[in-house]
Amino acid sequence: MGHHPNLTPRVGDEVRKTTCYMCACRCGIDVHVRDGPGGGKVVTYIEGNRDHPVNRGVLCAKGSAGLMQHHSPARLRAPLRRVGERGEGRFEEITWEEALDLAASWLAPVRESDPKKLAFFTGRDQSQSFTSWWAQAFGTPNYAAHGGFCSVNMAAGGIYTLGGAFWEFGQPDWDRAKLFLLFGVAEDHDSNPIKMGIGRLKGRGGKIVGINPVRTGYNAVADDWYGITPGTDGLLVLSLIHLLLKAGRIDADYLARWTNAPVLLDGDPESPDHLLPLTGEDGEPLVIDRRTGRPAPWNGEGVRPLLTGTLDRGGHRHESAFHRIAGRYLADDYAPEAVEGRTGIPAARIRQLAGEIARAAFEDAEFVPGAWTDFRGERHEGWQARPVAMHAMRGVSAHANGFQTARAIHLLQALIGSVEAPGGFRFKPPYPKPVDAHPRPHANAVPGQPLDGPHLGYPRGPEDLLVGEDGGPKRIDKAYSWDAPLAAHGLMHMVLGNAAKGDPYGVDVVMMYMANMAWNSSMSPGRAMEALTARGEDGGYRIPKVIYSDAYASEMVAYADLILPDTTYLERHDCISLLDRPICEADAAADAIRWPVVEPGREVRGFQTALVQLGAKLGLPGFVEQDGTPAYADYADYIQNHERRPGVGPLAGWRGDGKSHGRGGPNPEQIERYKEAGGFWTSHVPEGARYMKPFNAGYQDWAVGIGLFDVPQPYLFELWSAPLRRFQLAAEGKRDPRPPEDRRAALHRQMDPLPVWWDCAEANGAEEYPLHALTQRPMAMYHSWGSQNAWLRQIHGTNPLFIPPAVAEAEGLRDGDWARVTSPHGEITVPVQVQRALNPRTVWTWNAIGKRKRAWGLDADAPEATKGFLMNHLIHELLPPKGGQRFANSDPVTGQAAWFDLRVRVEKAEARAQARPVLDPLGVPPVTGDGRPDGARREPEAEG
Amino acid sequence: MTMLPAGTERSLGLVIDLDICVGCHACVIACKGWNDAAYGAPLSDRDPYGAEPEGTFLNRVHSYEVVPEEGAAQTVHFPKSCLHCEDAPCVTVCPTGASLKRAEDGIVLVNEAACIGCGLCAWACPYGARERDPSAGVMKKCTLCVDRIYNDALPERDREPACVRTCPSNARHFGDLADPESAASRMVAAREGFDLMPDLGTRPVNKYLPPRPKDERVDVLAPLLEPVAEEPSGLLGWLDRQLGKL
Repeated sequence: MGHHPNLTPRVGDEVRKTTCYMCACRCGIDVHVRDGPGGGKVVTYIEGNRDHPVNRGVLCAKGSAGLMQHHSPARLRAPLRRVGERGEGRFEEITWEEALDLAASWLAPVRESDPKKLAFFTGRDQSQSFTSWWAQAFGTPNYAAHGGFCSVNMAAGGIYTLGGAFWEFGQPDWDRAKLFLLFGVAEDHDSNPIKMGIGRLKGRGGKIVGINPVRTGYNAVADDWYGITPGTDGLLVLSLIHLLLKAGRIDADYLARWTNAPVLLDGDPESPDHLLPLTGEDGEPLVIDRRTGRPAPWNGEGVRPLLTGTLDRGGHRHESAFHRIAGRYLADDYAPEAVEGRTGIPAARIRQLAGEIARAAFEDAEFVPGAWTDFRGERHEGWQARPVAMHAMRGVSAHANGFQTARAIHLLQALIGSVEAPGGFRFKPPYPKPVDAHPRPHANAVPGQPLDGPHLGYPRGPEDLLVGEDGGPKRIDKAYSWDAPLAAHGLMHMVLGNAAKGDPYGVDVVMMYMANMAWNSSMSPGRAMEALTARGEDGGYRIPKVIYSDAYASEMVAYADLILPDTTYLERHDCISLLDRPICEADAAADAIRWPVVEPGREVRGFQTALVQLGAKLGLPGFVEQDGTPAYADYADYIQNHERRPGVGPLAGWRGDGKSHGRGGPNPEQIERYKEAGGFWTSHVPEGARYMKPFNAGYQDWAVGIGLFDVPQPYLFELWSAPLRRFQLAAEGKRDPRPPEDRRAALHRQMDPLPVWWDCAEANGAEEYPLHALTQRPMAMYHSWGSQNAWLRQIHGTNPLFIPPAVAEAEGLRDGDWARVTSPHGEITVPVQVQRALNPRTVWTWNAIGKRKRAWGLDADAPEATKGFLMNHLIHELLPPKGGQRFANSDPVTGQAAWFDLRVRVEKAEARAQARPVLDPLGVPPVTGDGRPDGARREPEAEG
Repeated sequence: MTMLPAGTERSLGLVIDLDICVGCHACVIACKGWNDAAYGAPLSDRDPYGAEPEGTFLNRVHSYEVVPEEGAAQTVHFPKSCLHCEDAPCVTVCPTGASLKRAEDGIVLVNEAACIGCGLCAWACPYGARERDPSAGVMKKCTLCVDRIYNDALPERDREPACVRTCPSNARHFGDLADPESAASRMVAAREGFDLMPDLGTRPVNKYLPPRPKDERVDVLAPLLEPVAEEPSGLLGWLDRQLGKL
């Protein structure tokens, strides 16, 4: 036909392999670059790295659109000093020397006088092992990342129960599971591995069950959908447990060997250890050994724990924890008929789901051969598969009952023997890692000195709380106080409000990174902006100094005094470290790097490099040599040369002489080795160590060998939680410190050592506000740091409020109409769209589409700023007043922000051109202002 | 009028599995990224940071709700791009010969040098699979990544369409649908793959695999939940007996 297109174009002249940063997945990417029009390399195309353990070549929409994030016109160019008022967005550009001097001039006096007056919170940081180390060296107790918004219920619920959790710490066994239960709203986490797994599982004929009020995304491909009422997942799960227990459809052998269900509990009601594990002379919990019928330590050689054991001693009967489990969950309170009304799932459907679990777990489960030895010295010829996998999303995490709901799911997993069994839920190194292998929290601040230990940890009991003599909180966010005893990720959502109120004390400097607190990263953006602009009696800001680091002109930039401009993810060094939130898979330990595949060409520095340099300027221990000279030039230098413990550093690969892995001294060529290897390192779990990792001597020895921990640490799953029971004992007045009088009854209920469910509805105003209101981010934007992208905004540029047909009929609403949405805390007016595949008592929208006018390099009339909206305007950090008191809108166990407990009512409103509330446009700080350069797209000869 | 070839040696196309498409749009953006930098004119983005951003895409994902007569409403994600029809109306309608179907592999392409951007092909295509790029003034459509699948500058394993390479859930497959032994054809046969709107007589090469039935009520499971005990003591006794047998 005379048409001879060029069939062999080259989209770049070199492929550079690094790690994506468009969300928390951290996939390997092949970045195609070529010589640009102005010299230097430009990025032309991004695709998945086929060899990478996380994504095996695939890449999501965000990852491919990273190109446009990298070329965003909202990129900052140089450090900024505020010249207008906070919120105006007026800045002048300054040099890095000036910026670091200014920051040091604010921070040095704080450190010398009262280090807690720095609040340093790092948002969606992927370098927490480094940023926390900096904060510890500075000496402030006030450090955390954004987990208190996001994941702490999931993490703490998992770690306190199983020694590992969903999300980064474990994964479904995609290759052997036959039934997969997916709990909770959200399209993702972790993004590509779940999509890959769903494809694999369905490809094998496996069945997916979605338990989610909203049928989008993964729930759209679920074979079976349970459109549950929000906040009732725990109740549903306890009903499943009820049915399975009653039918004896549990793995009794597994429970006896690998959980603390056979552990004897102190039956003396007068004892200060009442219902804590009964211990032997060596302090180890006791079980009844089936071989002898006598008490024996849980981990004694050859011991065969009796699940149903009892011991009569000292005039008291001491029963195994399993007695408690059976007593609790066989009760009719958990019968399907008793919970169907509240959960919105008919009793027959609950029975069907329990039946499916029973069938998949027990009727057709293979025995997977493989030789291994357990920690009691018993040799096994393989593993009993229990091919029921489970996973939970934010919809479970972001409720005030989320911690106990996560525990309920883990109890269900353990009862059917599916944790670490083939086909079930598998830990990813460095997990499993029990509570006892984690640090306790620390908060003792001394002027001029580092903190006395790591900020965040896992309390074993009330004695580990961070409270003063008067019981008051030591941290600005009140983490690890009586209001949030197990706040393992801190409570970032409380920081600005508390700091502005001076409750529990004021601070001098707030420093934040990757946290858009003046907008969508805040539970309540209006109140966050108020806190940032509140003035004291002297006319000065109540939060005197705000330092913020971001790569883009986000809403938060306008509210800071000093901006440290970050690079894009293609211009920076990073390590995705085993010390942190690594990228491991169940069958391999892995870590990875980012490196500057292109140079920024702007006066920007990776925030971690800025911290290295600021740390040196402040003379922080670890950041300077003995003679006061900087210990590290930049973050890359730190990554390569820092040792956290002798021989263990941020990266595990190619240590020492380049031949050591896991353990070994620093290697000056280490980052080069990573680049040669495609940007990542892996070490495979040995064949006999793949399953039952907490109990498997082969796994424990391997983990010690590569430096995950220093001695084997086998343990039992804590179905009956001793740390929680210790808090109850404090509430009973049997243990010190004791909670305040008015907190005791509630604390006792909430810190139940067995999973429990409570209703969050009434506390959130359910009577007047009949609907649940949820948010989730679309897959094409999930967890993406840069909140705006020229390609992705064409897919999701606005976010209607999705409403069920019943609400539409009652209010006379049709697609495109506008509605007023009112919560106990505020009101918004927004466009609506009817959705049928939705729980009838729920409305929801896509989160973080709505933008403040002129933020993120968008025009003032961009749809994100006119029709887009944030549900956050309806949320408050505190619950509605009750009896003259206001409690935190958080999980009372962990402090997790309970933004999914929101209740609203919906009424038809006049059509509008602009969603309410309407906020003034922000001033635009100096930004690059350009988009993708024209000359960078293609080589001229590529034209056909 | 432009002639279609009498037949094609191969019929290259896509097989899209609606049972596992989660609607993530990965294929949409991977397609945009590759084709923006490869075949023909770039895929423009008008007003990319303004009030009405409007770009050219060769592949889009549509989402629908399906309400069955019984059971809960469902959400279906439906990716759509050029189906490379055997009887492609977009080719025969073309006044300049720019729109063409290749005899060697059946790919429908636009020769942009000959395209006058009249839009007749977009009007003729019943699937809405063509878009006129407003900046280049030419018609754009899926090329099946013709400049990847034969591209010896790429590693051999990458010689497949960008959308197929990137799809996280493995919902997209590429192959010769004229060869009954190809993996793609076998998949279509095994899963009863179907044509989109077959009554139009366009004979699409691309095939869709249907979603499996959803929300089926299973009532054979009740025996699995037969109670062994009503009271805790009964359960404990039953367990002791069970464990005693081990």
